[in-house]
Amino acid sequence: MAFTNEQLERYSRHIILKEVGVKGQKKLMEAKVLIIGAGGLGAPAALYLAAAGVGTIGIADADDVDLSNLQRQVIHSTPDIGKPKVESAKESMLAINPDVNVITYKEFITSKNIAEIIKDYDFVLDGTDNFPAKFLINDACVMGEKPFCHAGIIRFKGQLMTWVPGENAPCYRCVFKEPPPKDAVPTCKQAGVIGAMAGVIGCLQALEAVKYITGAGELLTGSLLTYDALTNDFRKIKISKNTNCGVCSDNPAITELIDYEQAECDFKS
Amino acid sequence: MTVIVAGKKKEYEEGLTVKQLIEKENVENPLYVTVTLNDEFVQSANLETTVLKDGDEVEFLYFMGGGR
Repeated sequence: MAFTNEQLERYSRHIILKEVGVKGQKKLMEAKVLIIGAGGLGAPAALYLAAAGVGTIGIADADDVDLSNLQRQVIHSTPDIGKPKVESAKESMLAINPDVNVITYKEFITSKNIAEIIKDYDFVLDGTDNFPAKFLINDACVMGEKPFCHAGIIRFKGQLMTWVPGENAPCYRCVFKEPPPKDAVPTCKQAGVIGAMAGVIGCLQALEAVKYITGAGELLTGSLLTYDALTNDFRKIKISKNTNCGVCSDNPAITELIDYEQAECDFKS
Repeated sequence: MTVIVAGKKKEYEEGLTVKQLIEKENVENPLYVTVTLNDEFVQSANLETTVLKDGDEVEFLYFMGGGR
């Protein structure tokens, strides 16, 4: 693939980086990244990945844009209220970079559809807002040997970690065995989240995807990066594989995908 | 003895268990926190019987369910 003059100019700040260069930019343009959830985390991730020229970006979300989303979901604008989130996200991405191919999935991921949706992608970003989805993404990616980046945010805190097959690194289920019971741990809807937190963590997820694709630097495999905005503490906590993990251990107890029950009051966010 | 909790040095009396540390540190949702001791997970069944030693490093990992 030869670059056009316009592409050379558009991506010049990437190409000049020794960790990216022409080679890395070419890899980005040939890459396929899936973002599950077109909300707080998905919004900045999708915008930066589109701007970066990631060739194919899949985006999955069943919801429509709601007024309460706009405090943090910067990919959607006030005139988008009522529009499917994936459509609004697609328009914003193409406005930034018409070169990218955006594939939309206006559906919630379930044990029935997730394997089929993730299979064509190189890297998956978890931008969902509930534990059943986060465990489902983890399990499907581990079983499908699909690299992915998990993230979670609440109040003034956020965290993320990356899993890549064959690296002997822990998966999300190594750290958190199973979803907490309904309402045992508050959701953003119940507890709130500062808008820019979604921006910080979503951008870090986009960076994990870019680093995975280009091979630049180190990924957050084997560590959980946590950020507390109130104390300004970024901490990289070492985590190791759980030899009894239900899904990624040698003899996993879980061999089929599970649809955990979701707190109904939080389904619409 | 000194225990390093989430990167900060804390002084605690000898014989403290991980379960007691969770209480003393006022961990939010203590039933649903994951604990690592010197980079290894402490199984929830062992929280009460795991006694901390001088210089131990403990991390609390919390569920964060938000994102959309």
